[in-house]
Amino acid sequence: MKQKLLDDRPDVYPLDGGLHLQAHKAMSCTQAISTVAAPDTLVVPLHQHIGEEGEVLVSVGERVLKGQPLSRPKQLISAAVHAPVSGTVKAIGMYPVPHPSHLQARCIVIENDHKDEWVERDPVADIYHRMNSHDLRNIIRDAGIVGLGGACFPTAVKQTEINIQTFILNGVECEPYITCDDMLMRERAADVLSGADIIGHIIKARECVIAIEDNKPEAIAAMQAVVDEDGTGFFRVQAVPTIYPSGGEKQIIKIITGKEVPRNGLPADIDVLCQNVGTAYAIHDAIYNDTPLISRIVTVTGEGVKQPMNMQVPIGTAMSECIRQAQGYQQDASQLIMGGPMMGFTLQSDELPVIKATNCLLVGTQAQDHPAGYDQHSPCIRCGLCVEVCPAHLLPQQLYWYASSQNVDRLLEHDLFDCIECGCCAYVCPSKIPLVQYYRYAKSEIWAQDAERKQSDIARRRHEAREARLLKQKQEREERLRKKREALKNKKSNGDSNKAQDNKSAAIAAALARVQEKKQGQNIKPKNTDNLTEEQRALIAAVDNRRKENDLQK
Amino acid sequence: MEFKQASSPHLSVNTDVQDIMRKVLYALVPGIIVATWFFGWGVLINILIAASVCLASEAVMLKLRERPVKVTLLDGSALITAILLALALPPLAPWWLTTVASLFAIVVAKQLYGGLGFNMFNPAMVGYIVVMISFPREMTFWTPPAGVVEQLPGLLDTLRIIFGSTDAQQIDAMTMATPFDTIKTQLGLENDIETTRQSITYGPLFSTLSGTGWEWINAAFLAGGIWLVKSKVADWRIPVAMLLSLGLIANIFSVVDYATYSSTLFHLMSGGTMLAAFFIATDPVSASTTPKGRWIYGAGIGILVYVIRTWGGYPDGIAFAVVLMNIAVPIIDYYTKPRTFGQRES
Repeated sequence: MKQKLLDDRPDVYPLDGGLHLQAHKAMSCTQAISTVAAPDTLVVPLHQHIGEEGEVLVSVGERVLKGQPLSRPKQLISAAVHAPVSGTVKAIGMYPVPHPSHLQARCIVIENDHKDEWVERDPVADIYHRMNSHDLRNIIRDAGIVGLGGACFPTAVKQTEINIQTFILNGVECEPYITCDDMLMRERAADVLSGADIIGHIIKARECVIAIEDNKPEAIAAMQAVVDEDGTGFFRVQAVPTIYPSGGEKQIIKIITGKEVPRNGLPADIDVLCQNVGTAYAIHDAIYNDTPLISRIVTVTGEGVKQPMNMQVPIGTAMSECIRQAQGYQQDASQLIMGGPMMGFTLQSDELPVIKATNCLLVGTQAQDHPAGYDQHSPCIRCGLCVEVCPAHLLPQQLYWYASSQNVDRLLEHDLFDCIECGCCAYVCPSKIPLVQYYRYAKSEIWAQDAERKQSDIARRRHEAREARLLKQKQEREERLRKKREALKNKKSNGDSNKAQDNKSAAIAAALARVQEKKQGQNIKPKNTDNLTEEQRALIAAVDNRRKENDLQK
Repeated sequence: MEFKQASSPHLSVNTDVQDIMRKVLYALVPGIIVATWFFGWGVLINILIAASVCLASEAVMLKLRERPVKVTLLDGSALITAILLALALPPLAPWWLTTVASLFAIVVAKQLYGGLGFNMFNPAMVGYIVVMISFPREMTFWTPPAGVVEQLPGLLDTLRIIFGSTDAQQIDAMTMATPFDTIKTQLGLENDIETTRQSITYGPLFSTLSGTGWEWINAAFLAGGIWLVKSKVADWRIPVAMLLSLGLIANIFSVVDYATYSSTLFHLMSGGTMLAAFFIATDPVSASTTPKGRWIYGAGIGILVYVIRTWGGYPDGIAFAVVLMNIAVPIIDYYTKPRTFGQRES
């Protein structure tokens, strides 16, 4: 472990691997966060988070108010969704949603009445300091807040750990192009800090480190200003080196604390909790304004859009509205990506709703498309550049080899499932192998095999149980039959058993007598005794004598 | 609007395999020039023969295997194999020797194993070993380096020798053992290294650092190699490990008995040491691919080179050392998997 340098001021720890990428961030930071007006129709997917989809609370035709819950979580790991506007529930059904699979999902369609009527709100801003963690968590849960850094894990579930040493407020937006967290910190630093204070109160953290990449001096200054104003000493702003993917949860924890989250473990295992700045802002909004998560900041950017910018967008708004706000597409726009260029996925259309996970809409141009040969990549030459950049310390070239040969055992031995799909390996690959695609495919294959094995296990157990049952029935039947037969036999033989017994013993006695007779009469001639020496003859005679004596003794 | 679909990441570096191979070729240039200076036209003629045979046989094999011919030929890997092989062969080697070695390298060691990326063994070294074992006499056709002889054979003379219109006696008169060969022979005759270096016949072959000419050739490959490592084309661990292990073991033995064991510098700056360290051992396809494994792989080559040079039957052991370590690569890779992020130190 690296020694802390010089004075008491904690240093940042180095991250193995990673990339220095061109930022492309300035283009979307030229103007303040704008607001996208809610359109006439909004499509709110029920499943916008990790975990189960919630239970629908409204029905078609029902009037809903802005902020009214449309669904509530049934399981622990689930989240509610809320009406982003007031209006009428027009439909509940399957609609296209932004997802890599391009599949449809259940959504609630709301017709906006443009009256902007809110549900009754009851903020707990003044009393939250006296509330316990459990009640505060419930408010967060009811507000449908999920991690806005990208994973969309239900926030309240994450905050069940208490007495955490270090709470890291993650302002590291390491993907190129995206600036929504940067702009949020610049413009609403006080609210972000207030949200962080609430989280710190819930998890009873001892310190809060606000981690921001050193290529965001404005955000660092803005956060530093509100931290200085706070003056409690609980918060500390820490600039971290600009390396992709330092914004990943495990990565930022390593950079700040020098500790690695154990495999298959949680940050809480090493006394750390990590939350995104956007999540902190949403929590502030829930506590101070009783506003659920019904809108988020989206970066609309890329060379393919006319005026890149950040905008506050109601959840459920069609992405095309965001593009319109950004003055539309450039002539050579060719690709629409949700998320950043390293981990985002391409969308088939812009008529998809903005969801809680939509941090960025990136419009690429033809000039940026991968060169023609990308699909037919060169063979892997095992150069090992991917090993140097892998933040998970894996061997991407070996994983690729085993993924293409579908060697599941080796894939598991090489920790395929520790791959965070950051894309560093594919970025540096001189053979242009779409490595991440290979890993995703291998992972889904293994999952499918696992599911199949579970299915066949169930079928096998069912079959075995049936076999056992049949066997048991058969045995029981045979047992019954045997008993019956015995009973019958006993009944039959009881009458003449004595006579039969006499006959039997007479027969045995006769047989024995016959054998005896035969034995007596037998004259056994010795064999091979023609050419024997005197000594041998004497020996044989002695043995014969002993036999005779034995017979006599009997 | 129709959007293009692709899998993440949507960014990538501009370098490709061709760029890597091109850089390797650039890095070889200084060494080729210096080798030509000291050993004459034969070096370049060998490269030309090997390059033509390698590219032609690669093309034929790709065609037979129904693989894209042009793209693969342009990746430069066959050309590099040809040059490495040519540089390892004696400058007056007959044309058919170079041809056999090249054919074996590309057809058997590379293409029959599945082409670029799938060859277990370094193709150039396999080609070298085949002719080394099969034609030991022709493998001694080294001219004395410039500085030892007044004048190297001219272009026409060299062509005449290589293409076989010179009789054996004439060739013998023109060739001379390499320093490694000389020491091996003289030690066999119970002359110690110092006596050999002082002798009138063999003295001129040796210089302050190692062998006349050889030290400059090695220096040139070292320079090209350092550039290659600096531009991140070749892994730094393999050459460092190989040179360290070779230097260390040579140092130990020469300190113990300097009369029988050549000096550290002689080992490092003579024969194919630098060419092997930076250009042959670093062939990524046949080398170990884990960071720790590359240390083991490089060190293994260094040790084997010393062992073969000192106690083996061949004057220089690089080809055998490299191929022996190639065999060990799958095991090395398997047991040197790095610790996965979040895994406890074991």
